[in-house]
Amino acid sequence: MPPLSGRRVTALRIRVEHALRPWRRANPMARRLVLLGSVITLGFAFLAAFPSLVAPYGEAQYRHVVGTNEDPAAAEGRCGDEFECEDIPRRLSPDTGFPFGTTSGRLDVLSRVVWGSRVAFSIVVLSTVLAMGIGVPLGLISGYRGGKLDRVLVTLMDAIYVIPGLLLAIIIAFVLKAYFAPGLLSAAAAVGVVYIPQYYRVIRNHTLSVKQEPFVEAARSLGAKPNTIIGRYVLFNVVQSVPVIFTLNAADAVLTLAGLGFLGYGVPYPQAEWGLDVSRAISDVVSGFWWTAFWPGLAIMLLVTGLTLVGEGLNDIINPLLRVRGFRGRVPRRLEPAPAADTPVEVNLSPAPTQENP
Amino acid sequence: MTSAVSDTASGRPPSNVPVLQVRDLSVAYGTPRGSLGAVDRISFDLYPGESLGVVGESGCGKSSMGRGLMQLLPAGAEVSGSATLAGRELVGASDQQLRRLRGEDIALVFQEPMTRLDPLMKVSAHFVEAIRAHRPGVDKDEARHMAREALAQMGIPRTRADNYPHEFSGGMRQRIMIALGIVLKPAVVIADEPTTALDVIVEAQILDLLDRLRADERVGLILITHNLGIVAETCDRVAVMYAGHIVETGSVEQVFNDPKHPYTRGLMASTISLETTALHSIEGYPPDLVDPPPGCRFHPRCPDAMYQCREKIPEHAEPNPGQHASCYLYPGSGQPDPEEPPGTLAAALHA
Repeated sequence: MPPLSGRRVTALRIRVEHALRPWRRANPMARRLVLLGSVITLGFAFLAAFPSLVAPYGEAQYRHVVGTNEDPAAAEGRCGDEFECEDIPRRLSPDTGFPFGTTSGRLDVLSRVVWGSRVAFSIVVLSTVLAMGIGVPLGLISGYRGGKLDRVLVTLMDAIYVIPGLLLAIIIAFVLKAYFAPGLLSAAAAVGVVYIPQYYRVIRNHTLSVKQEPFVEAARSLGAKPNTIIGRYVLFNVVQSVPVIFTLNAADAVLTLAGLGFLGYGVPYPQAEWGLDVSRAISDVVSGFWWTAFWPGLAIMLLVTGLTLVGEGLNDIINPLLRVRGFRGRVPRRLEPAPAADTPVEVNLSPAPTQENP
Repeated sequence: MTSAVSDTASGRPPSNVPVLQVRDLSVAYGTPRGSLGAVDRISFDLYPGESLGVVGESGCGKSSMGRGLMQLLPAGAEVSGSATLAGRELVGASDQQLRRLRGEDIALVFQEPMTRLDPLMKVSAHFVEAIRAHRPGVDKDEARHMAREALAQMGIPRTRADNYPHEFSGGMRQRIMIALGIVLKPAVVIADEPTTALDVIVEAQILDLLDRLRADERVGLILITHNLGIVAETCDRVAVMYAGHIVETGSVEQVFNDPKHPYTRGLMASTISLETTALHSIEGYPPDLVDPPPGCRFHPRCPDAMYQCREKIPEHAEPNPGQHASCYLYPGSGQPDPEEPPGTLAAALHA
């Protein structure tokens, strides 16, 4: 790659400055919320990306190796042959070398929570990709073409929208169960369908207004194909509303997934999923083993809070109408009067009072 | 309304084959009250290298005519009649044929240049899109080169082709729009109030560019405007529209120095100049186009209205060679009863 020329760097800086402007102008409270939410979300994202760095055991590991320096996760598979293994004790409280305690099924709660974040993130990503992949193109086509197709799609999406999210997800999961083995993908599909109408609605309504823009007519007057107009001129002008829906939906998707898991329609048991863990811990709670339900529940709450903070904060920052009126943000540093060594000292044009004094 | 209004008195067009032949073109909009005939059976010819000014007050159908030719009308609008562009019929052409013609053979330059470019696309990207839509074989670099040349022709530095629209002023954006319109060298350019949103200096630049384009590239130019001064300055011929009809055509000199149709006279008298002492306006309001007055559409406001004006639309008479007026004041307009004393109805109508 050729070295960047000075001009190009400046242009890049201007562009970055331009992109950061809404952030700088935003309400300081909104910025703090976004930062807090981002820290929480990124923390969970880290756990999801590298669960084995934090989790002492695998998600379905019920025994551990004793007396070896080898990687315990790797050694676990060879239990009995080369290594001496020991079952993880049942229902140990959180202060016994298992920081979050253990379950009645001999599983380490900390490891379950960490591995559960991986499932949560996978579902969030897969379901959103599905919802966007269907909702955005349908919204574009429906909004741009209008007519009967639009009517039919709007009615259909409204019909989907009136069903409560969790109920719809259960129905879809139930239907999918009949054809596919339950797993990550079918859970993602069940969660994703719930959010299609949101993407569809927002994109369609935005398309309706953008297609009236004079530049769309100008493009048509130059002979642009309908596909070009939709894919090039309209899409990039409506796609800006997607990130905000995404962050808000992501929080909701975590809850829907937990609900599905709690009811037993999510991912199948040995996989670590927070809602599933909470549901299996119900009997423990009655007997006084609080930790098996507490930690996965706390994880759900934290991740939902983090994602919601990011979403709401981004909404505040990107949507200027929600911004607090009159707040101008921090004055950019370059506008402050700089102490200039090469310019002459400011000349006072009015007669100096000292001259008149004797 | 069937007579072809074609010959110019100045003999300016060197080619005798019109590039655009419009015959009985009508544009109607569907409204809840019925069909609104914004343009009603207009006919004219446009020769290569000629500029035709279309003037008239707001709502007379000037813009509808321009859009009707491009078939860029809202859903529910209907175009009928015939418009032949270099031998190809525009009215009734399929969407795909129209898409091929737009930009390549006929281009439209809009008013309000500030919003005609996609704010998220570089200027050069607009050109690449337009060029490659018509010539898929042209690669991107070549298209960008064509863009830079077209921009340079319009006085925009080549180096600015990769800037975004918001980085340009209104006048520059209008020049970009014109450059976009002409990059594929169309035979006809329709400029719909191209300078309305711009100040007079930029206006002069834009008009100068359009005029050069007409002279150098032999483009047939239709200039739609309500500003008579612009027409006087840049056009060869004028068509005056009133309530969807072309009421008078002729060379700029003829129409401006010796307007024949009463409406044109009123329009000319309404312009403001240094000598204006009192504002002159034409009495009354333009007619309701859903239910237009019978006969000549101007007769309710016309100071010279006669009995027959209410009966039948007058044909185009030719009071001077090359100057046509649709009015019973002139022989050849199909006056039904020559014995009828003219000018008797006016007082009765205005009483």
